[in-house]
Amino acid sequence: MWIEITTFFLTVSVLLYSLFAGADFGGGILEFFRGRQLRTEQRELISHALSPVWEANHVWLILAIVILFVGFPKAYAVISTVFHIPLTLMLIGIILRGCAFTYRHYDAVKDRSHVYYSRIFVASSFLTPLMLGTIAGAIFLGRRVPNAQTFAEIFVAPWLNLFSFSVGTFTCILFSFLAAIYLLGEAPNENLRALLVTRAKTLNGLAVLSGLSVFLAAEWDGLPLLHFFLGDPWALGCVVMATLLLAPLWLSLKFRSVIWSRFLVAAQVTFILMGWFRLQFPALVVTRIVSSGLMGMETLNIYNSAAPEATLRPLVGALIVGSVLIFPALIYLLKIFKSVR
Amino acid sequence: MTDLFAARSQMAISLGFHIVFAAVGTAMPFLMAMSHWKWLRTGDEVYLRLTKAWSKGVAIFFATGAVSGTVLSFELGLLWPEFMKHAGPIFGMPFSWEGSAFFLEAIALGIFLYGWDRIPRWVHWWSGIAVGLTGVLSGLFVICANAWMNAPQGFRWVEGEAMDIDPWAAMFNKAALHQGVHMTIAAFAAVGFAVAGVHALGLLKNSKSRFHQYAFRIALTMGAVAALIQPFHGDRLAKQVAQLQPAKLAAMEGLFTTVKPAPLAIGGWPNEAEKTLDYALHIPRLLSFFAHGDFESEVIGLDQFPLENWPPVAVTHVAFQIMVSLGSTMALIGALFLWARFRSKNWFQDRRWLRAIVFCTPLGFIAIEAGWTVTEVGRQPWIIYGVMKTKDAVSPMPGLIVPMLLFTGVYLLLAVVVTALMVRQFQNVD
Repeated sequence: MWIEITTFFLTVSVLLYSLFAGADFGGGILEFFRGRQLRTEQRELISHALSPVWEANHVWLILAIVILFVGFPKAYAVISTVFHIPLTLMLIGIILRGCAFTYRHYDAVKDRSHVYYSRIFVASSFLTPLMLGTIAGAIFLGRRVPNAQTFAEIFVAPWLNLFSFSVGTFTCILFSFLAAIYLLGEAPNENLRALLVTRAKTLNGLAVLSGLSVFLAAEWDGLPLLHFFLGDPWALGCVVMATLLLAPLWLSLKFRSVIWSRFLVAAQVTFILMGWFRLQFPALVVTRIVSSGLMGMETLNIYNSAAPEATLRPLVGALIVGSVLIFPALIYLLKIFKSVR
Repeated sequence: MTDLFAARSQMAISLGFHIVFAAVGTAMPFLMAMSHWKWLRTGDEVYLRLTKAWSKGVAIFFATGAVSGTVLSFELGLLWPEFMKHAGPIFGMPFSWEGSAFFLEAIALGIFLYGWDRIPRWVHWWSGIAVGLTGVLSGLFVICANAWMNAPQGFRWVEGEAMDIDPWAAMFNKAALHQGVHMTIAAFAAVGFAVAGVHALGLLKNSKSRFHQYAFRIALTMGAVAALIQPFHGDRLAKQVAQLQPAKLAAMEGLFTTVKPAPLAIGGWPNEAEKTLDYALHIPRLLSFFAHGDFESEVIGLDQFPLENWPPVAVTHVAFQIMVSLGSTMALIGALFLWARFRSKNWFQDRRWLRAIVFCTPLGFIAIEAGWTVTEVGRQPWIIYGVMKTKDAVSPMPGLIVPMLLFTGVYLLLAVVVTALMVRQFQNVD
């Protein structure tokens, strides 16, 4: 039971990181697609929306990684060994995004340095979710080269493939889609709202295409993803629900209902992630091509990689106490800064 | 460069970078809250400007600290997967508490920085205090985990596997309390002196500036009090190190042979080949007293340990000397300041004083880096003292020099940018 509760907290952290911090990265990506007229307004809107909350949103990732290394240390050790390179790139993205964003906001002198801050902010807002998605895709794909010997076979092949990349791209698009719709509630005027709605619609189309490309890439890489979904009613249900919610989402956009569109887009992303969790459960690090001489790796699931119960019990205790303290504070924070204008 | 050395360098650079920002994030909110409180009480607008100016500094340092701290939580696995596989379930507890404390810190900071005019004034003030308190707690939790590496407990090590894990015993290990207190006081001393140094510079340029006068007074008071407490607490910590990690203490002192009674060595260069401490000043019996509270007691030297279990003696000894000498300087200046402040009203007018404080600006942070070097290098060759060696924990990935250089480059860049940002803040303050 303790293993399942710990897993629950892990998935909730990943989910909330995607829903909140994901939108912050998406905001950075949106800044790249700035319209000619509303360039400054859009940047100000994004800065204004991210500033008070991005650090708190970011902590969900720290929480997830702590749960992973305390609760499932073997999985953490394997993930950080096999995916050393994309994790390092993701970390560079995290550093640069956070710093460039904050420095841009607080630099006392407004000069050419702001151009660099903005460029770095935008580029790292792409890089981080791209790598995050790549790692998630690679964990699910579980590709291992049989009898791997070379550096490329051991440390590159597991993540540098079409499927992982397509999941990375999908993540970027999904996050910017989230951002466009969340920002709608904070846009100060109708011009900006209209721009965001256009962006949201384009990104919605892209998200659907990119979602389909994930299935195609899976086939290309020999992963029968469609087959997995068709064989699992719950996972299939999640994808169907995410797709069906498109209709009410478009309606809510049409009527500019901020609350509903925020809720519906968050629900969509939640369903997509739930579908992934469902399919991967109970595996934490998948290894689909098991072979000898591969650093002794096997598929690690939540049961065979979990820490002893003596560790999980106080971990769950800490997480519950933490939640009791964090959630009211977080809701207060969001209430101050994210109430609909 | 071996992969082990590259991994150790990357860890050292990452921690050495992060520790500065973590210290600022711990202590600076209290300066901010002090000034904020003065404003709420007196209505003096200068205090309001000061609070806002300081809170910008906090925002910049906190963001940099938050992301560099995130990097560390991943680097533990990226660089030391073997260590984390075994240690995670044992010493991970404080990290889960730290996660919550840090979460609250990030939330409180968001409320504080952007909550002006949006929430009741005193709620706003309390959010600043909450930033500081949760910052101190975050630091203490992280140090609990680090202290466990120095004083591992809460498990039995049987044939390369940890058995009978007790995370609470691991969290509240013998080294945790004193190490945590030492680091927290160090953060207050370093930040107090550094901020005071910056504003002393402002006073040298414009001695009439009330902005700099207020800032100088608040910051130096905090720094001076902390710097005065530190030597007394440092003495407690040294006694504990003598007990828990005698090899580390021997390296700190450059003590190659066990002696009774032991003299205290000041300065000097450890000659590891000849096993002698050259050019040092020796004060008879004092080390015996510092280590065990008894002028006649025996102090264990490095000769009691096999050569392969020696920490790098020169680095540990020199770092320790730097930390102690800088700490003592700050304590002395702190004492003088508090005395002067008590005696006269115009103590901050004296330019010699101000120059001395400007000179002290980086001392606390150098001392923190040196002290951290003592803790980490002095524990070598162990990653878990007496249980697992650092070389057995390193990642199997070859070419670790590449990420090491990458992170070094990024951190160098950030150090330059943050310095430039601070200069710009300072120039645009009036």
